[in-house]
Amino acid sequence: MRDITGYARKNGKYGVRNHVLVMATVSCVNGVINRISREVPEAVCVPHAFGCGRGGPRDTQILFRILAGMVHHPNVGAVVLIGLGCERSNTKALKPFVEKAEKPIEIFNVQDCGSVQTAQKGAEAARRMLAEISGQQRVSMPWDKLLAAMECGGSDAMSGVTANVALGAVSDWLVEKGASVIFGENTEMIGTTHVLTRRAKNEQVAKRIAEMIDQAEQRAKDIMGPLASWVISPGNMDGGMSTIAEKSMGCIHKGGTTVIDQVVDYGEWPTGKGLILQDGPGYDGDSMAGLAASGSQIMFFSTGRGTPAGFPAVPVIKVASNSRVYHAMVDDIDINAGVLVEGRTMEDLRAGMIDHMIRVLNGEKTKAEANGMDVFTMMTTDPPF
Amino acid sequence: MKENALVIHPRDNVVVALRNLAAGEEVEAQGVEGLTVLQEIPASHKIALRDIPAGEEIIKYGEIVAVSTRLIKKGEWVHTHNLESKRWRK
Repeated sequence: MRDITGYARKNGKYGVRNHVLVMATVSCVNGVINRISREVPEAVCVPHAFGCGRGGPRDTQILFRILAGMVHHPNVGAVVLIGLGCERSNTKALKPFVEKAEKPIEIFNVQDCGSVQTAQKGAEAARRMLAEISGQQRVSMPWDKLLAAMECGGSDAMSGVTANVALGAVSDWLVEKGASVIFGENTEMIGTTHVLTRRAKNEQVAKRIAEMIDQAEQRAKDIMGPLASWVISPGNMDGGMSTIAEKSMGCIHKGGTTVIDQVVDYGEWPTGKGLILQDGPGYDGDSMAGLAASGSQIMFFSTGRGTPAGFPAVPVIKVASNSRVYHAMVDDIDINAGVLVEGRTMEDLRAGMIDHMIRVLNGEKTKAEANGMDVFTMMTTDPPF
Repeated sequence: MKENALVIHPRDNVVVALRNLAAGEEVEAQGVEGLTVLQEIPASHKIALRDIPAGEEIIKYGEIVAVSTRLIKKGEWVHTHNLESKRWRK
C-alpha cells in the first residue's frame, strides 16, 4: 500500500497519530504527570524541566511556543494540561495560545486542590478523552499535508556517508511527492552558506539563511572561542572529515537537494511548502522539540554512535549509519543504513525506508514509540535564576 | 557486485571508502571503473577519482568542501595532508 492515512483535524491539518496529551506547564507538577502516567499508560504524558525561573523575552517566547506547539500538534487529539498556578507559563497565561487548537482541552491547577486530587482529576479527564476520541477514524491523507522532520544525533564518521545520504534521498522523494521536509541544527550548517543560499527560493530566503548561519557561527565563537567554527575535532579527522564544510555537508545532506522554500524560527509553523529550514539548535532533544512544535508529524533520526531517544506523540524512525550500532541497539533502531557497506544499493535502501515510513504513517509503531523512549526538552538561551 | 566505496554525487571528484581498503585494491563502486587505491585508505575516508592538480577544488556531496594543496594522484588518499579549507585562505 502506497497511500497514507491520518486523522483529519478541524484546522485542515492531518495527524498520523491520535493521542491524548497530558502535559505539565512547569516542572513543579511533574509528580502529578507521573501519577497520571501510571494510571493511564495509553496517554502521552509529558513531564519536563521548564515553565519558570527564566524571564528573558526570548526564553519566554520559546517556552510558550513549544508548549502551545505540543497542544496544537496534529498528532494530538485531546489535551489535559496540568499547571501549578504561580509559574511563568501558568494556564491562564497559556490559554490564549492554546484556545484556538479546536480540540478538547481540560485544565487543572495543583494550587486549587493539591497534587493527589489533581492527579485523580487529570487521570479521569484523560480516560474520558481517550474514550471520546477513540471513535475518530483514519481517512485518506494527501501527501501535501505531511511535514516530515530530518534529525541527526550521536553521529559518527559514517553518518554523512550512509545514513544522512539515505535521509536526503527520502527527503527528495517526499518533496517530489508534494510533502514538506524540515530540518534544523544551525550549528551544523556552519561552512555551508554558499551551498544553502544558492538553493534558496529567492534572495530574501537566501539572506535569512546567511544570517542564521552567521549567528550560529558567532554563538559558537562566543561560547567556544575564536577558532570554534574553523576547526574540526581530531575525532572528525580520524573519521575522514577534513574541513568544516565537509563535516557540515554530511549533516545538511539529510535534507536532500531541493529548493529551500522558507526558513522558520525555532518551533514556528511553516507557511511554505517543500524544503524548510529551522533556525534551531544542534542538540538532539532541543532540536526535536522545535521540529515537532513546527508541526512535523513524523521524524527520521540518523545516528552513528546510537541513541534511543524518541519524542512525545511523534513517531521517530531511527536510522543507523553502521551495522555495528544497528545490531548493538536493534531494540531501538528501525533501519540499518550500514547495509550500504554490505552490498545493498542506495536505491534499494531508499525504497525500503519509504515503505517503512508509509507503514509508520499508517500507524505501525516505531521502536522508540513501542519502548516509550520519549524525550522532551527545549532550547533555552539564558541560565535559570 | 559488493561495493567497497560510494560516490555520493555524480559531480564528485572523490569516492568514499565504505571499509578499510589496502594498497592495490580495486575500488568497487557504482559508476567507477579501473580505479586502484595507491595506499591504505581507512573506512569513511576519501580517494581521488582522477588526478587532481594543486589548487583544485575537492568536490564531495556535489559541493566544494576543500582545495588541494598539491597534485593528488588518481587512487590517492585525499585528506588534511594534501588539502586545505577554503576558509583558511580568507
